[in-house]
Amino acid sequence: MSQSNVLLSLKDVHTHIGAYHILHGVNMEVPRGEVTLLLGRNGAGKTTTLRTIMGLWQASHGEIHFNGHNITPMRTPDIASLNVAYVPENMGIFADLTVEENMLLAARMSSRANQMDEDRLAWICAMFPAVEKFWHHPAGKLSGGQKQMLAVARAMVEPRDLLIVDEPSKGLAPSIVQNMMDAFRKMKASGVSILLVEQNIHFAQQLGDSVAVMDNGRVIHAGSMVALTENPELQKSLLGLAL
Amino acid sequence: MVSFKTNFDFKPLLLLPLLALIALPLIDSFDTWLTLSVAGLAMGMIIFIMASGLTLVFGLMDVLNFGHGVFIALGAFVATTVLSSMLDWTQSSELWRNLVAVGVAMALAMLAAAIIGLAFERLIVRPVYGQHLKQILITMGGMIIGEELIKVIWGPLQIALPLPEAMRGSLLWGDASLEKYRLMAVVVGLFVFAFQAWTLSRTKVGLLIRAGVQDREMVEALGYKIRRLFVGVFVVGSALAGLGGVMWGLYQQNVVPQMGAQVNVLIFIVIIMGGLGSTGGALIGALMVGLMANYTGFLLPKLALFSNIALMAAILLWRPQGVYPVANR
Repeated sequence: MSQSNVLLSLKDVHTHIGAYHILHGVNMEVPRGEVTLLLGRNGAGKTTTLRTIMGLWQASHGEIHFNGHNITPMRTPDIASLNVAYVPENMGIFADLTVEENMLLAARMSSRANQMDEDRLAWICAMFPAVEKFWHHPAGKLSGGQKQMLAVARAMVEPRDLLIVDEPSKGLAPSIVQNMMDAFRKMKASGVSILLVEQNIHFAQQLGDSVAVMDNGRVIHAGSMVALTENPELQKSLLGLAL
Repeated sequence: MVSFKTNFDFKPLLLLPLLALIALPLIDSFDTWLTLSVAGLAMGMIIFIMASGLTLVFGLMDVLNFGHGVFIALGAFVATTVLSSMLDWTQSSELWRNLVAVGVAMALAMLAAAIIGLAFERLIVRPVYGQHLKQILITMGGMIIGEELIKVIWGPLQIALPLPEAMRGSLLWGDASLEKYRLMAVVVGLFVFAFQAWTLSRTKVGLLIRAGVQDREMVEALGYKIRRLFVGVFVVGSALAGLGGVMWGLYQQNVVPQMGAQVNVLIFIVIIMGGLGSTGGALIGALMVGLMANYTGFLLPKLALFSNIALMAAILLWRPQGVYPVANR
């Protein structure tokens, strides 16, 4: 893959958390304009990889490049300012704030709600109707699915180059998972690159363009989702099941 | 379907009239009860001013600052210097001249506390982020050093801080005696609370503070440098402690270098009762502590301090994370 087509790359990234060596040399690439899935069993290092990309944990070795910047030593706010949006596994919703206030916080260019881009808000609310419906309600009172919608909507309140989401379908009803998939497709169509950690293999299969599979803190397979889907033997050896 | 009846929890607000109503039959005289209640509210407002910054500092960065009292003492001592050099103004019987003198003392006390607060954050707090035990030890050490420096500058002895002429005395309402200064303290406290409430609910900075108290990592992931915000809150919190120190000194009419350490106990009771990180909770906690201290000071003077600890224990049995617990903590 040519360098200009790669938005994010990790080269031999190691991460230590306290005395624990979690990532053991992660190598992976996120192509520009695609949906990349990061798969693997629990404890494989997927969430640690995302947190290391975001600077929430510092890589102890290796390099992470985003859009021509070496972001390895950068702090989280500086990485986010490069138009990287992150939705953590717990969604990171501010429960005591209203939906409107949650959205306003993510709109760095706006100091008041009426300064947010109306067209963009309309686009987001069309994808996630719950955001508009509960606009003035406290976010902590939303259901799990509504919170996940708010988390992704908030991440996209301003144009971003890369959207990173940790387990977007976790614990959601099938109809909301479908809603989430449709939204990710629309975001991709708008030119956003997306990196998802996912356990729901069917969600991954329908959405992913490329895939990286992790185990024991390393990427053990990287390639196109189509190639993985069409190769049951590979699926079994990597994931322990066929798609 | 989710139901949204109301977002505001009114139950803790009822604690204040409940406490006052319980005290009324015990005190026997309505006028005495009214006098004690106003004194308690004034004391509570001053404690709130001193405590509000500390609760945000803890909420935002999980920093246990046991040195907060030094800013209180510093503010009070700056006031002794300012007011003693403005005797023409403080001894005038014209209220506006008194207000100017106290206003200047407050402004300079806040400025001094803010500057020292900035240095305190840089030198003492910043190296121990995330390390609670070290925070307790080093901030207490910082307070001891601060107290000793106050002794070097102002001397080790108690200094009188008399009320300006027109602020002395009481207003009589029936047989109840309402001290003018205490009424003023209530007004200043309400103003500070209103300003904080407006900032926290109506501005982007306030939104960031409220969000940071809940989940600072997520605020950073949204692209905001929370340490800068924390330094700002620390400095403002220190300035408010300085303001509270001026008011507390005038309330007691004297100051000693150890006054910060003495008030620290009350402040920690207040912020724990209120819910760490909650300014609304700190207000309720401070007013309850003020009322309780005055009622028990009248009824059972030997149990005055114990009564506040008992009050805190009772509140924590009801709500283990304080009257207004902060979500996500």
